[in-house]
Amino acid sequence: MDQLIFAAEVVLNGLMAGVMYALVALGFVLIFKASGVFNYAQGVMALFAALTLVGIQNGQVPFAHLINAAFGTSLHHFGWTVPSVLAILLTAGVMVLLAFLIEKLVLQHLVGQEPIILFMATIGLAYFLEGLGDVMWGADIKTLDVGLPQGISDTVEQVTANWFGYGFFIDRLDIWATVIAALLVAALVAFSQYTKQGRAMRAVADDHQAALSVGISLRFIWVMVWSIAGFVALVAGIMWGTKSGVQFSLSLIALKALPVLMLGGFTSIPGAIVGGLIIGVGEKLFEFAIGPMVGGATENWFAYVLALVFLVFRPQGLFGERIIERV
Amino acid sequence: MIYREAGDFKTSYRDDSQTFPIRLDRWGYYITLAVAFGIIPFVINDYWANAVLVPFLIYAIAALGLNILTGYAGQVSLGTGGFMAVGAYSVYKLMTAFPEVNIVIHILLAGGITAMVGVMFGLPSLRIKGFYLAVATLAAQFFLVWLFNKVPWFYNYSASGQINAPTRTVLGHAVTGPAATAPAKYLICLVFVFVLAWVARNLTRGTLGRKWMAIRDMDIAAEIIGVNPLGAKLSAFAVSSFFIGIAGALLFAVYLGAAEVGEAFGINKSFLVLFMIIIGGLGSIFGSFAGAAFLVLLPVLLKNLLVGGLGWPTDLAAHIELMIVGALIVLFLIVEPHGLARLWSLAKEKLRLWPFPH
Repeated sequence: MDQLIFAAEVVLNGLMAGVMYALVALGFVLIFKASGVFNYAQGVMALFAALTLVGIQNGQVPFAHLINAAFGTSLHHFGWTVPSVLAILLTAGVMVLLAFLIEKLVLQHLVGQEPIILFMATIGLAYFLEGLGDVMWGADIKTLDVGLPQGISDTVEQVTANWFGYGFFIDRLDIWATVIAALLVAALVAFSQYTKQGRAMRAVADDHQAALSVGISLRFIWVMVWSIAGFVALVAGIMWGTKSGVQFSLSLIALKALPVLMLGGFTSIPGAIVGGLIIGVGEKLFEFAIGPMVGGATENWFAYVLALVFLVFRPQGLFGERIIERV
Repeated sequence: MIYREAGDFKTSYRDDSQTFPIRLDRWGYYITLAVAFGIIPFVINDYWANAVLVPFLIYAIAALGLNILTGYAGQVSLGTGGFMAVGAYSVYKLMTAFPEVNIVIHILLAGGITAMVGVMFGLPSLRIKGFYLAVATLAAQFFLVWLFNKVPWFYNYSASGQINAPTRTVLGHAVTGPAATAPAKYLICLVFVFVLAWVARNLTRGTLGRKWMAIRDMDIAAEIIGVNPLGAKLSAFAVSSFFIGIAGALLFAVYLGAAEVGEAFGINKSFLVLFMIIIGGLGSIFGSFAGAAFLVLLPVLLKNLLVGGLGWPTDLAAHIELMIVGALIVLFLIVEPHGLARLWSLAKEKLRLWPFPH
């Protein structure tokens, strides 16, 4: 019975972790659907967004390190702090600018290339952004606090203690992340279903040329999609950054989202969510049940191996469109 | 004026199909070999061996291996670091278990073991392709690194979790361990590079290479004209992993001397080798060398320039290096998706017509 309750707690925590994975995976799916680009840089975008947010909040001078090294000055802070809401808005603005630049400087020149070339270009982009983030804001580990509640939720602990005689430990941040992720998904679905731009986006995803022929601007849609992905990255960056500090390892959440995508299918928003939940629960349960026998830290690879095994049987993922090939 | 086919008469099929059809190229090749084998070993010092030449040679082998898989057979792999780790840990286990056997045999065996592991992780390539496969090879990367980290048998239960290369000799000269001299390290790597590049060149222009390229260009069409995708894909994984395993074994035993798996063979190593073949040129033997040289030299140059020349802090230089490498990758993909090798062959085309272009 105790084991069962422990397992239930593990599952619950896994679900919450899964929501976080789904949040990152969502950014991938959006870009992939609209432009056919598999954006490896999504995780680094989350890191970059979080770094920018912290930098703006604390009034850091961008490129301070570089300017100091080049001109022998000792700049580091403007000496003011910016309120969280304003900082988030400013960061969103930076992400839109970034999306515009990426479209202008990279994607525009790679139209019509093979998907794998585009994929490798986004790996290059990821390296560039990682370097840029560090040069702009410094590479030290930063704490991010935008006023989200943290710590163990007392309410959940008391309620479960009354029910089962054992209080579940659940981070309040995880609960908030789940709520925010759910809201974000609902907003995105509403956006793509009920607004003009959203419909245009779906049209582009469906067929580039047909969309062009009815007068939809591909460039505008791409900038928009990358901006939305940047915004999703910002939300993911806030969540993960609050949870474990803003540091390089934040960009590795992208790697965690990849198996989620393979499982859910690259083209499906519900797939990203279900995939995220399966991976979140799966890896926590595996670590709980099998981990101690093999030395632990199985979370590093379990998701990949699960996705790999799964793909051998269903190459297009759970909800992906069927892959049809013609010669 | 001198870079011409004219006057260089081919009187047999053998002559006609040689690797370097132009006389000047052939001379260049022989002179390069003569310098590499005959002069450099006598003038090499520790700095040049450790900072430039030995890593260049080792990464050239890894790039050749990945180029066979990605450039020739079209199967993108992000598991290079993991496969290099297999090579490194195999050679370590062999070196410590059978100290009396020659290290060269150990390195070759390590390549063989890596080839088997590579085929195992290559199996999904029969069902999935493109970046689904690229992501699937990440499974190999993470699983293998975890395995070597968590199973003490692989690092002989050492307290630090590190592996250390004991001293081994070839023809009486130490090539691994602290006693190894710069010329010895350089020469052992050079011999492997020479033989493996020769093998790669001749494999890729033979039946096997043509099968790989057919699969790369369109696998369904290749299957219809009679290429067995199972054989072609798995052989590409096997040969590629063999090369990468040897590169990993040399990297650990000869170059690093001591290694910790997560640090030496992490995901960044996979990307580094992938970048080498993108910048050098996908599907080109020369490109593997050019890309390896470029990405080995770039950090050394940048470090000398930014840290040595301008006096900037090293961490800033490292971040700027990341930016430059990333930007270069994007730039190369936009301007010249076939990399340095393509630029080189364009230059040669121009040279053949020079000075009368019309």
